Amino acid sequence: MAVKRIRLIEIAHARSGDKGDAGNVGVIARDERYYPVLVQQLTADAVKRHFEGICFGPVDRYELPNLGALNFILHNTLGGGGTVSLKNDAQGKTLSAAILRMEIDVDESLLAG
Amino acid sequence: MNKTIRIASGQGFWGDLIDAPYHQVTRGPVDYIMMDFLAEVTMSIMQKQKLRNPELGYARDLPGQISRMLPHIVEKNIKVITNGGGVNPLACRDAIFREAEKQGIKGLKVGVVVGDDILDNIDALMAAGIELRNMESDDAISGIRDRIVSANVYFGAFPIVEALRQGAQIIITGRTTDTGLTLAPMIHEFGWEADDWDKLAAGTVAGHILECGGQSSGGNFLADWKSVPDLAHIGFPIAEAHPDGTVFITKHENTGGLVSEATVKEQLLYEIGDPTEYITPDCIADFTSIRLKQEGENRVKVYDVKGRPFTPFYKVSASYHDGYSAVGTLTYTWPEALEKAQAADQILRTRLSDLGLEFDEIRSEFVGHNSCFGPLATMPEEINELVLRIGVRGKNRDHLVRFGQELAPLILTGPPSVTGFAGGRPKPSDVIAYWPALIPKTAVTPHVIVEEN
Repeated sequence: MAVKRIRLIEIAHARSGDKGDAGNVGVIARDERYYPVLVQQLTADAVKRHFEGICFGPVDRYELPNLGALNFILHNTLGGGGTVSLKNDAQGKTLSAAILRMEIDVDESLLAG
Repeated sequence: MNKTIRIASGQGFWGDLIDAPYHQVTRGPVDYIMMDFLAEVTMSIMQKQKLRNPELGYARDLPGQISRMLPHIVEKNIKVITNGGGVNPLACRDAIFREAEKQGIKGLKVGVVVGDDILDNIDALMAAGIELRNMESDDAISGIRDRIVSANVYFGAFPIVEALRQGAQIIITGRTTDTGLTLAPMIHEFGWEADDWDKLAAGTVAGHILECGGQSSGGNFLADWKSVPDLAHIGFPIAEAHPDGTVFITKHENTGGLVSEATVKEQLLYEIGDPTEYITPDCIADFTSIRLKQEGENRVKVYDVKGRPFTPFYKVSASYHDGYSAVGTLTYTWPEALEKAQAADQILRTRLSDLGLEFDEIRSEFVGHNSCFGPLATMPEEINELVLRIGVRGKNRDHLVRFGQELAPLILTGPPSVTGFAGGRPKPSDVIAYWPALIPKTAVTPHVIVEEN
């Protein structure tokens, strides 16, 4: 089995927003056959590592198999939240793009199929 | 019963496309228009406007938007439901009545939902032992009592249902949940019971899909934004609702944008927490039960939604004054744009420190390089130009003013090839912080007032 390293954007899309000082990042498989890869590779720990220096709190992960999607809550991420934050992206709107830069390992046959 | 109703999204936030609701009533058939205006910070802005002028405190675009729609909604009996009443829904209604009179329209029934504004009741609530603890920090609200700017309870769909039952054509509320605006007409038209949890959850999910306007019909679509046709003329989403709770998301023909499983999925994932418990005053919706199916071009079926009983609490959204902030920018160009901007940042921080100024936070970002991606940003070989964006936040307003005076001097006393200071000195603005809390449902009561002009 040949393993290929890809960026998450190849097999998923995403949307993000704010919940107080936490960012919400929804990651959606581009095809249902990719969903198990998301479940396996996008652990809360892996996402926390990816957002090191951006997310300063814990990461919660929730599964939505019905939509082929995962939802992440990144605590302590938005510099105090929408109205207090000095960040350019005070509402976490671009966290969705940021997570899609994550590199993951996938079975090449899965991409071909 | 085979009837269906078409509920159109007309506004996704205060500041959205002004003509969107007009296009929804004129470009195809609809029965209801829902217009969501309220974000967490909006109520505090409206409360400040009302302090300056007791006739204000609502979404000021709204009377004009309704005025333009009025001949069409009267002729076609389209109903309008909106939370744009903000902290002064009665004044908003009176402004709408004035618009109707200008057009010679008589007998317009407008319903208003009040009772959500608890700003003047906080002391009484505290005396009754209701602490309004912050849901994130668990602090009691007494610690910020003298700095509270606004405090509103999130009501659900049922006060709106009552206004519809009394025959209101336009319903203006204060802090009603975004989802309640869409759920209410389904309860009213289909006679859903207050404990029919699956149906209430289905209407709530439809509300979540509509509440951000074009964000479910092709706007902000990350999966494949280039595939979305004619965003310039984007059609806002429409929910075609059926009595059994099945909803089809679509949009008017001959409009731009896109309704697909992917556009709806992105919106479903937007600003949610635990998907198994999406809590509203009307029910708890389980987003892990939602099924989607593309049923034709720009038409997605949403079905099988499950729900369960609501909690004994309303959510409260309060805001309070929490110091000041100011943000300024300077633009640096090649060569060594990033190094120059970083040096300027350090020079400024040294000067602020030498002056003994105190801030809760100083934040520097390099727009064009890493303001959004932070440590994830990759280093390009050559940066042509970037913007140093530096913000400060603190309690002492004079220190914020002095920060504003220290930025421009960097042009003549800092690194070279710098420009972009046309806006003048950054000025301190009030920081209004958000205070989420819970309140027992028994402590507040919504009131519905329906009158005609």
